[in-house]
Amino acid sequence: MPGQSTARPELRRIIDELKHLPGALLPILHAVQEHYGFIDDAAVPVIAEALNLSRAEVHGVVTFYHDFRRAPAGSHVLKLCRAEACQSMGCEELADGLRRRHGIAFGETSTDGKLTLEAVYCLGNCALAPAAMLDGKVHGRLDGERVVALLKAAGVDA
Amino acid sequence: MSTRVFIPGDSAALSVGADEVAAALRGVAEERGLAVEIVRNGSRGLFWLEPLIEVATPAGRIAYGPVASGDVAGLFEAGFLSGGPHALCQGPTEEIPYLKNQERLTFARCGITDPLSLADYEAHGGFCGLKRAIGMTGAEIVEEVVQSGLRGRGGAGFPTGIKWKTVLGEPAGNKYVVCNADEGDSGTYADRMLMEGDPFLLIEGMTIAGLAVGAAEGYIYIRSEYPHAFRQMSRAVEIARAAGWLGPDVAGSGRRFDIHLRLGAGAYICGEETSLLESLEGKRGVIRYKPPLPAIEGLFGKPTIINNVISLATVPVILERGAAFYRDYGMGRSRGTLPFQLAGNVKRAGLVEKAFGLSLRQLIEDFGGGTASGRPLRAVQVGGPLGAYFPATLLDLPLDYEAFAAEKGMLGHGGVVVFDERVDLARQARFAMEFCAIESCGKCTPCRIGSTRGVEVIDRIAAGKDPAANIALLQDLCVLMTDASLCALGGLTPLPVMSALTHFREDFDRPQAAAAE
Repeated sequence: MPGQSTARPELRRIIDELKHLPGALLPILHAVQEHYGFIDDAAVPVIAEALNLSRAEVHGVVTFYHDFRRAPAGSHVLKLCRAEACQSMGCEELADGLRRRHGIAFGETSTDGKLTLEAVYCLGNCALAPAAMLDGKVHGRLDGERVVALLKAAGVDA
Repeated sequence: MSTRVFIPGDSAALSVGADEVAAALRGVAEERGLAVEIVRNGSRGLFWLEPLIEVATPAGRIAYGPVASGDVAGLFEAGFLSGGPHALCQGPTEEIPYLKNQERLTFARCGITDPLSLADYEAHGGFCGLKRAIGMTGAEIVEEVVQSGLRGRGGAGFPTGIKWKTVLGEPAGNKYVVCNADEGDSGTYADRMLMEGDPFLLIEGMTIAGLAVGAAEGYIYIRSEYPHAFRQMSRAVEIARAAGWLGPDVAGSGRRFDIHLRLGAGAYICGEETSLLESLEGKRGVIRYKPPLPAIEGLFGKPTIINNVISLATVPVILERGAAFYRDYGMGRSRGTLPFQLAGNVKRAGLVEKAFGLSLRQLIEDFGGGTASGRPLRAVQVGGPLGAYFPATLLDLPLDYEAFAAEKGMLGHGGVVVFDERVDLARQARFAMEFCAIESCGKCTPCRIGSTRGVEVIDRIAAGKDPAANIALLQDLCVLMTDASLCALGGLTPLPVMSALTHFREDFDRPQAAAAE
């Protein structure tokens, strides 16, 4: 629901709580995304004004970092590691499996809105590759079956 | 009396069910009316055995692993609380050869203590370095670090003491200590393990740095892919502050030092120090021109020490045992130890802290036990995504900064990723360029445009289109990126690409061979 976030007093509250920090923009953007699930374009001018920055500067930061999203994700987010250590243990086969079962490629959300698949480059779990992060929790020693089981436990069925 | 059982709370252990094991263990102990005290320690770094649980017995700690929650009842049956035999029993933890054959200086405490217990930290030698530093002048502390020969463990290998000396020489005023915990290299996890398993050590190292150069504030910039390390570090900072180890009067020294945490937002480039400083200031992580060096104009324009987690966490042992003790480890100009991180397709993946100078072969075969798949090893990438791919014929290379540079590679942050015979090095070279294109900050043309052109050229080679000319073009592009990029991302991406081309040329020639048939 674009535009709604600016109408909410919580946005002001989040900004006011954090704007005293040195280099406050990243902490604010993290907090906004944590609260709303994404960073609405309509929130950008509000943040810019509070920090005495231009809209372009805030927009530039939002779009520079992979973490910040400008639209809501699916109800579950799976970040599959595609870096070298996980490649050596077959992460691309896991990606192929997800593509087949859920019809989504990296950066896409399934049509039922339940699952967003994202690429991540290293979760620091390289000794237990291949690894992925489901809704903020890291899982290691994955194979096709374990991925299916994890998603099922989260309520995502193909 | 209750028996102490250690179950790691490290995120790698959690990723394979350590919490489930802890819950099962608590449940069975209650059922049987047994008094068990569960300690959530850091990881010992023997990841192939995770979740590795340990029981404190009169004969020392006995290890069992890898334990699944379904194994717990059987462990009780086997009498594991008194170290009873079981198929998963690994014997006394300290006697496991993988651990016993290491030289753990920086990771001496990791996995042994409760990471958030100050009492445990002090009982195992914690704060000895800081206590000694409090009685020294800034110049004396810096000299100790210079004499130790410690070089930046983040990857660049620049002498840590020299950085500190520059900051010390700047006029007094606002100065900062910044810890680079943006550990983005694939195959590396030492920073994460240390922050989760021994966070007070990093706090101690940063505090010593602050005392040395007259900085009153420190920042730890942790990548967002490490939420657990961020939580653990946050708690540790609060605990240290409440106990007076941080704040207006550090350990009664009358000196002020405090630490703040910041979370990255998913950008590999923010591991580059000037880009990290921009990000800390709340901006796009675009790199800065050097000079000015961060030591002179760093965070918020002030003189700044910026060091990797492992560099800072190694300072306490140097202060505690003295520069000579540390310098006595190692070879050539690589002094001390490096926590190597074995990863990827290797049977026994884990953290191996050893003095510089052992060979890749010793690391991969003696410690690692060869490939996990059992197939022949074909390539090893050392030093993260910007490190070279080496063939099996180069495994006798000593792990030393200069020896690796001489073979057109780098040690970097000590990550070692093993690949078996199924790897296609032309594909890995393409990935190196693609990764550079995804993660480039965009400031300089060789990196921003060169990486995308690199992907295209490799695609043409793979398709068998005019291969001789395109391979020459790729080599030319690599020279340009090496010479003209502003930072290490564009400047080192040619390392994996050129090493793949040099050592695994057949993977680039395959399309022609197929076409000729």
